[in-house]
Amino acid sequence: MSVQTQYPTASVPPRAETQVRAGGPGVKMVARDVKVYYGAKQALKGIDLDIQENRVMALIGPSGCGKSTFLRCLNRMNDTIENCRVEGLIALDGEDVYGRTIDAVQLRARVGMVFQKPNPFPKSIYDNIAYGPRIHGIATHRDEMDEIVQTSLERAGLWNEVKDRLREPGTGLSGGQQQRLCIARAIAVSPEVILMDEPCSALDPIATAHIEELIDELRENYTIVIVTHNMQQAARVSQKTAFFHLGEMVECDDTEEIFTNPRDERTQGYITGRYG
Amino acid sequence: MSVTATKSRYQSAEFADRLRRRYAAERRFRLAGMAAVGIASLMLVVLLGSIVGKGYTAFWQTQIRLEVTFDKAQVEEGNTMPLLRQALYAVVPEVTDRAGRRSLNELLSSGAPYQLEAMVKANPALVGTKQTVWVLADDEVDQFMKGFIRRDVPESERRLNDIKIGALDKLAAAGAVKSAFNTTLFTAGDSREPEQAGIWGAIVGSFLTLTVTMLLSVPIGVAAAVYLEEFAPKNRWTDLIEVNINNLAAVPSIIFGLLGLAVFLGFFGMPRSAPLVGGLVMALMTLPVIIIASRVALKAVPPSIREAALGVGASPLQTVAHHVLPLAMPGILTGTIIGMARALGETAPLLMIGMVAFIVDIPHGLTDSATALPVQIYMWADSPERAFTERTSAAILVLLAFLILMNGLAVFLRKKFERRW
Amino acid sequence: MQIMALLLVLALLTVIGFQLGRSRATASVGGRTVELHSVPSYHGFYVALWAGLPALLLFALWTASEGWMVMQMVLAGLPGRLTHVDGQALSLLRADILNLAHGVNTGRVPDPAVAAAAEQYVRLRSLGDWSLLVIGSCLAMGGLLFARGRITPDLRARNRVERTVNVALVVCSLVAILTTIGIVLSLLFEAMRFFAAVSPIDFLFGTHWSPQMAMRADQVGSSGSFGAIPLFAGTLLITAIAMAVAVPVGLMSAIFMSEYANPTLRTWLKPILEVLAGIPTVVYGFFAALTMAPFVRGLGQAVGLDVSSESALAAGIVMGVMIIPFVSSLSDDVINAVPQSLRDGSYGLGATKSETIRLVVLPAALPGIVAAVMLAVSRAIGETMIVTMAAGLTANLTANPLEAVTTVTTQIATLLVGDQEFDSPKTLSAFGLGLVLFLVTLTLNMVALRVVQKYREKYD
Repeated sequence: MSVQTQYPTASVPPRAETQVRAGGPGVKMVARDVKVYYGAKQALKGIDLDIQENRVMALIGPSGCGKSTFLRCLNRMNDTIENCRVEGLIALDGEDVYGRTIDAVQLRARVGMVFQKPNPFPKSIYDNIAYGPRIHGIATHRDEMDEIVQTSLERAGLWNEVKDRLREPGTGLSGGQQQRLCIARAIAVSPEVILMDEPCSALDPIATAHIEELIDELRENYTIVIVTHNMQQAARVSQKTAFFHLGEMVECDDTEEIFTNPRDERTQGYITGRYG
Repeated sequence: MSVTATKSRYQSAEFADRLRRRYAAERRFRLAGMAAVGIASLMLVVLLGSIVGKGYTAFWQTQIRLEVTFDKAQVEEGNTMPLLRQALYAVVPEVTDRAGRRSLNELLSSGAPYQLEAMVKANPALVGTKQTVWVLADDEVDQFMKGFIRRDVPESERRLNDIKIGALDKLAAAGAVKSAFNTTLFTAGDSREPEQAGIWGAIVGSFLTLTVTMLLSVPIGVAAAVYLEEFAPKNRWTDLIEVNINNLAAVPSIIFGLLGLAVFLGFFGMPRSAPLVGGLVMALMTLPVIIIASRVALKAVPPSIREAALGVGASPLQTVAHHVLPLAMPGILTGTIIGMARALGETAPLLMIGMVAFIVDIPHGLTDSATALPVQIYMWADSPERAFTERTSAAILVLLAFLILMNGLAVFLRKKFERRW
Repeated sequence: MQIMALLLVLALLTVIGFQLGRSRATASVGGRTVELHSVPSYHGFYVALWAGLPALLLFALWTASEGWMVMQMVLAGLPGRLTHVDGQALSLLRADILNLAHGVNTGRVPDPAVAAAAEQYVRLRSLGDWSLLVIGSCLAMGGLLFARGRITPDLRARNRVERTVNVALVVCSLVAILTTIGIVLSLLFEAMRFFAAVSPIDFLFGTHWSPQMAMRADQVGSSGSFGAIPLFAGTLLITAIAMAVAVPVGLMSAIFMSEYANPTLRTWLKPILEVLAGIPTVVYGFFAALTMAPFVRGLGQAVGLDVSSESALAAGIVMGVMIIPFVSSLSDDVINAVPQSLRDGSYGLGATKSETIRLVVLPAALPGIVAAVMLAVSRAIGETMIVTMAAGLTANLTANPLEAVTTVTTQIATLLVGDQEFDSPKTLSAFGLGLVLFLVTLTLNMVALRVVQKYREKYD
């Protein structure tokens, strides 16, 4: 997949500044009637969703249902895909993320992302973490940077494992460690929201357990949206769950509600394993 | 690091300011990329422009009309130059002194008598009659008529003196000077006189050389590729061959010339300047290109085809010969054409094996002395005459036309037969 | 003539052999071809191979050795005063005979004995060609008849044919190895002869190069005139200028095309670089000598600098232009090999495009880019035509790009173009230079190809 963005203009024409009042208190991000097209093909058919502050929201659904596409709309990662067109409204703290007041760079600093496959840069562990703060000019002194690196690694639960080899390449770590490094890297820029796109799908069960624990701890300071294939995982880590199916958001509720008492029969079919 | 603090960080004026600077850097970087592409495009335009600008005039050649009496005695003697000169003197009767007439003599190409002889040979009845003939003008006359020798500079600094210009003006006023399509350029061999020089000899030489190259490198290259891709066991030995081929593809071409000189000329005693040797050297040089291209083409044929053929009981060789090779053929062909185009433009190795000689005759066989089109360009580029510069550019245009033709064919084949598995 | 005739005869006999073999195989089982071990056409190929292959091998051996053998016979017939001389004079004599025999005008009146020898040489060659035609045809005929006689229903024709074809394939893949061996041996052999006359130390570390002087008899092998340092320095200077043009422009073009240009723009830009890559070097040389050099000179004069008309700068710039597409396409490959996930990771942290390229993509692609630059350097060092046409011939030891310098390849080309005595140190020095050139470029290529391979494996 080649990168074809025309920074800073997004594939959506800039609109007048919109203050979105929808959602209510405690709502970090809202989506209203979000439609996404890849060329002529429609991938999302009008999604409405509220994402609450300091909660973990899980997006579940069969593959190809649009949950990853939706996730990538939240920090405009879809801008980097050719032919991708986004319609509708997505707001962060009431501000339209495709509007004039926020641009993609600023948005992505506030809405971080962790990817399906661990993707540490081929640099040292230290430089991996310091990359974000450096480009955003967060740390002015060396000491400050050291501190950011340490806190980020500590929060990601990786500090004790790597503190003696910060100068070694991040690609030399194990898969689970790499993914925690990527989480630490995302934390280092102090985002408000962290998006996770199936962060454990490439990891073994022990590493997965580590990450899940970490997600639970991170909820205290961050709003987290996680896409997962694994319903047990969704049940374990999230407070809210949204079920996606064929480009639609079928239902969204408290995680417990969804898993014990789904209202839609498609949801029920999916969680009972009839398809997916 | 509280949440409120971070909010203010990314929404602060400071961050906005920094963001502006970052976007400015972004624009500069993008601009640098555009500039690089722009420089490359500009150089191409300048290069082609300068060659077309220098060369297009070479496709026309000035001729002079004379009323020539085919005097029997002199025609039989083979001494027709005086006939032409008499005819010229008749046009400018006022020039009578020796020096002046010598100037007039220089208006005509030294090749003009051959034209008369050819006319007589074609039609013996011409002898004894008076005919109107168009003969080649000297290259300096040609340059003057094309405007490259200016008449407003003092006579002492001009290549054409006043007598010549006066005579030319008179001829031109009588309609006896014309610019005709330069057929000599496409039909003659090399010559010391620009107006008699042509590239046909070099084209034939290139053709003969490339024929040898193709006959050797294509079968050997395809066979080697088939072996390496389809039959060779994967061991140290085949690894060595592979590394060797990749390195051979990057060896400077002049080294192949040294090889040809030492082995084909020195050891085997083959003749110098022969297209046969040129072809051999070029074949060794293009071989890696063809092997690599053929292997890529063979690799692109999916294994399922091989399995299907083997499954119905074909031997491995039959599988390759009947199924894999035909499917890989368009790719192999494209690679071959590109390799041949490269060989056509290659000069350095041919210098080493003596294809750089001054050769007037058109070569007729693989062991005749010959030169090649790029070598002809190299030799002409060294000649000081303005007329040769013009012809060098024209020869380059012809060479480029051949290359465009070959590459166009390759692109066409690729487009036509391209298959996605 | 006879050679063409022989090849024609062979072609004909193989076709006939194929037909005969096939029909005989069919006839041997009375048309019930299922009873044959191999299908009839394999019997055809079997007979055709027997008809063509031995004769072709004979042909190859014969043509390779005929010249040498005939020359030995001719030399044996010459009076001792001509042949009992040292190796150098003997090879001159050989060259004289060959020149006379091929009708090359050397401008000298030949010794009558040599002239007679040349005539004899021509006669013997012609005789040899005729006998080759006769013997070759007989051999082909014999092979055909032999193979035809062996055809039975049980003949494992397919296996035999396939084994032969397999051997042929292996032989073909060995040609590349043989070429390398040929290059190494011929360079080594001739360079050894050069180093017998000039010490390698003087050659590699001497600072004075004037091979013409050594033409005088009293100076053959005189040390000092074959010091190649100025050539190496000149080569490096022009290569450095070329790289200063090609690397930034090529790399930035590759970045622009793969990361910024939209598909439409790319379909326009790619052919431009491809055309630039397809232009023969002799054309670049002409452009350098007739357009770029006067331009650079004029520019220099305009600002009051004295620029040589064969300045290293002009040749270097044009060479750089020639190498732009090379650098660009190699960098394009390595940049595209950097996984998208790394770019996503960087964008996801809020990096701009140029930050992502400069801080993530390029460092990740660095090994590949270094390898590409090494290959480009190797290409620049080995490039001949541009420097032969646009750089100077005098060996200046200077780092000033406005002066004329000469290069290794220029010297090889000028030393070996035109009439030459094969044994003078002057001509042999070209092989010494060739050996150095080969070793340097080979090392660069080997290392670069290895790095590229490692790099590919990393991201595959």
